[in-house]
Amino acid sequence: MASNHLTGIGSESKQLATWYFTFAAILFGAQLLFGLVAAIQYVMPGFLFEVLDFSVARMLHINALVVWMVFAMFGAVYWLLPDETGIETVGIKIGKLLYWVFVAAIVVVVLVYLFIQVGPADETSIWFIHEGREYIEAPRWADFGIVVVALGFVGNLFLTGIKGNRSGIVTVLMADMIAFAGLYLCGMFFTDNISVDQYWWWWVIHLWVEATWEVYVGAIAAYGLITMIGAHRKTVEMWLWIEVAMLFGSGILGLGHHYFWIGTPEYWWEIGALFSALEPLPLVAMFIHVLYDWGKTQGAEMANEHTDEDHVRSVIKNKPAFTWFVLNAFGNFLGAGIWGFFHTLPQVNLYTHGTQFTSAHGHLAFFGAYATILVGMMYIAIQGTNGIKVMKHTKSSIWAVSMITGGVVGMTVALTIAGYVQVLVSRAQMGATWAGYFDGQSGMWFAQAMDWRLIMGAVTFTGFLLLVKDFLSTGKNPVHER
Amino acid sequence: MANKSVWSDNRFWQRSAAWITGFASVLLIWLTFDTSAQISMGNDADLQNGVTKRVPGPTVINYKITYEMSQKRGHEVPIIGGNDGNGMSLFQEKETFFGRDDWSEEEAAELLHLGKLGSQVKNCMNCHTLLGNGAYYAPDLTKAWLDPAWGPNGSMQAMTGKDTKEEAMAEFLQHPSQYPTHERMMPNLGITAEEAKGLVAFLKHMSSIDTNGFPRNFGRMQGAINGK
Repeated sequence: MASNHLTGIGSESKQLATWYFTFAAILFGAQLLFGLVAAIQYVMPGFLFEVLDFSVARMLHINALVVWMVFAMFGAVYWLLPDETGIETVGIKIGKLLYWVFVAAIVVVVLVYLFIQVGPADETSIWFIHEGREYIEAPRWADFGIVVVALGFVGNLFLTGIKGNRSGIVTVLMADMIAFAGLYLCGMFFTDNISVDQYWWWWVIHLWVEATWEVYVGAIAAYGLITMIGAHRKTVEMWLWIEVAMLFGSGILGLGHHYFWIGTPEYWWEIGALFSALEPLPLVAMFIHVLYDWGKTQGAEMANEHTDEDHVRSVIKNKPAFTWFVLNAFGNFLGAGIWGFFHTLPQVNLYTHGTQFTSAHGHLAFFGAYATILVGMMYIAIQGTNGIKVMKHTKSSIWAVSMITGGVVGMTVALTIAGYVQVLVSRAQMGATWAGYFDGQSGMWFAQAMDWRLIMGAVTFTGFLLLVKDFLSTGKNPVHER
Repeated sequence: MANKSVWSDNRFWQRSAAWITGFASVLLIWLTFDTSAQISMGNDADLQNGVTKRVPGPTVINYKITYEMSQKRGHEVPIIGGNDGNGMSLFQEKETFFGRDDWSEEEAAELLHLGKLGSQVKNCMNCHTLLGNGAYYAPDLTKAWLDPAWGPNGSMQAMTGKDTKEEAMAEFLQHPSQYPTHERMMPNLGITAEEAKGLVAFLKHMSSIDTNGFPRNFGRMQGAINGK
């Protein structure tokens, strides 16, 4: 092998991975910062009114979210490719060039969002300011830039997979990443028909986060289990294929749960309900898989060493990363699975659709399913670049993970309560009108929930600051085994 | 291989994954063809000939639109130009829109185009929900055109001092912070008179889309506070 997971030194692919992780972490901070602005505006509506309005703060909040995750996902693939394929990534020079193109494009997009904000209602605004479509607001010129960068990334992945050793993990990633990139094209057109607009918009959003991204997480979890606890590759990869079957089997047609109320035919009620109700199953499987493999390897270690509970060595080679991976297994199941299932049946969704319920689910799912495992991969990269054999927790790594997780769970609970108020008052009782909406928003429980969301958001942000501190300092910490 | 179960064979699961994914994708593509046909936008001839479309043509702005219970479907549906008594549209009753009920197909399409562009460029979706999708900082706009607040006796129409629903909405869109309805206000987005007209046409058109009964009981529950 050209390099192994313990040392990223000398691998250009791994160096590029750390670049991707660095920019991802910066955008993660931006996501939280603009989230805080939006959360303050719920509590104090006059805050930055007509300076940085909710619409702008929220657009930056969710766009930074999507983009930091894409950056970290690309980074994680560049990190694992040399380990999996046994060779240096093919076309790494182009990969590095495209990285800078990507960063430059994102910086320009963010500056335009911040300082231009809105334009006249014409095509030029769509091309150069933003497209005004939730999650994929990036202006059209940037869409093309993103496609070029994504093609370069997929090209590198394919050429490396074909030339080197194509493991099961790499095979899954190749199939998954080409779908991931291809789906973006479904969001790159304008139509006057809003039903058609939202139909294809969901092809991007849903088939990303409830299909291709989940499969990606399965592949990364598999890699993590092999590198961090030395799980058996054949077992891990068998589970990975089962997960792919279950995730795509439920997730692709689970798309139907977004087609209940946007003008699309009634048959999506049945299709969406059935398949999206199955979506939590693979997430349960992934959760069991991680814990099962951990227990199994640890048990084998005990048997090998012929020792008792107190003297056996932990099989975990990277404690903070493994903590985040286990959180991923749990958070994915809870945030995406349970919180998603809450409101996925049309009988329930008729009232919950478009309320804070969705927002509660969104927060816990994006965190549980994606943020956790990507932060875990960043820790693996820190271990590798610093030549650490066994990476331990530090005070700040423990405080960071506790505060971020506690904060996100707190926000989720608060938003869920806010959602209940909205569903009961604005929707069931008041029939969803303008007046009904504000009756719900003025309710005491709603207002208190929004106060708690802000407090928990501040806890999350403090945890993030500790995480950054740990990222910057833990590499040189003498506590680790080298 | 003889003693090894197929259930623990990676290649078996790899093939299963490929077949299941392929099957789900083919089914989705097939359904997409059917749905695309059903949600394609209608035209003026459909409205003239009484053809009910899930997404009517832009000239629907010339008609009176209501949202009424359909016994057959068990939920509310948009009714265009009068109800036949069984929850079906008659496409008869007209309603003026900015003083006219004879907007040509071309004019109406142009207005709708401007309005849809405006809805994106002004970033409506990052405060409001449209067809229930978007942000939750401001009211859902799916049936905003039918909101009693904008009607002849509605508080919003009264506040703007305009005589018609469309003029009241257009006025509000151009100067939102002059008409605060709540502590949380809509910011000034530099919407011109022409853009506002387009946006109102877009909202009227959206209210005519068949959303399978979402939102439920819209505008029907005024004053029902605390169960009274």
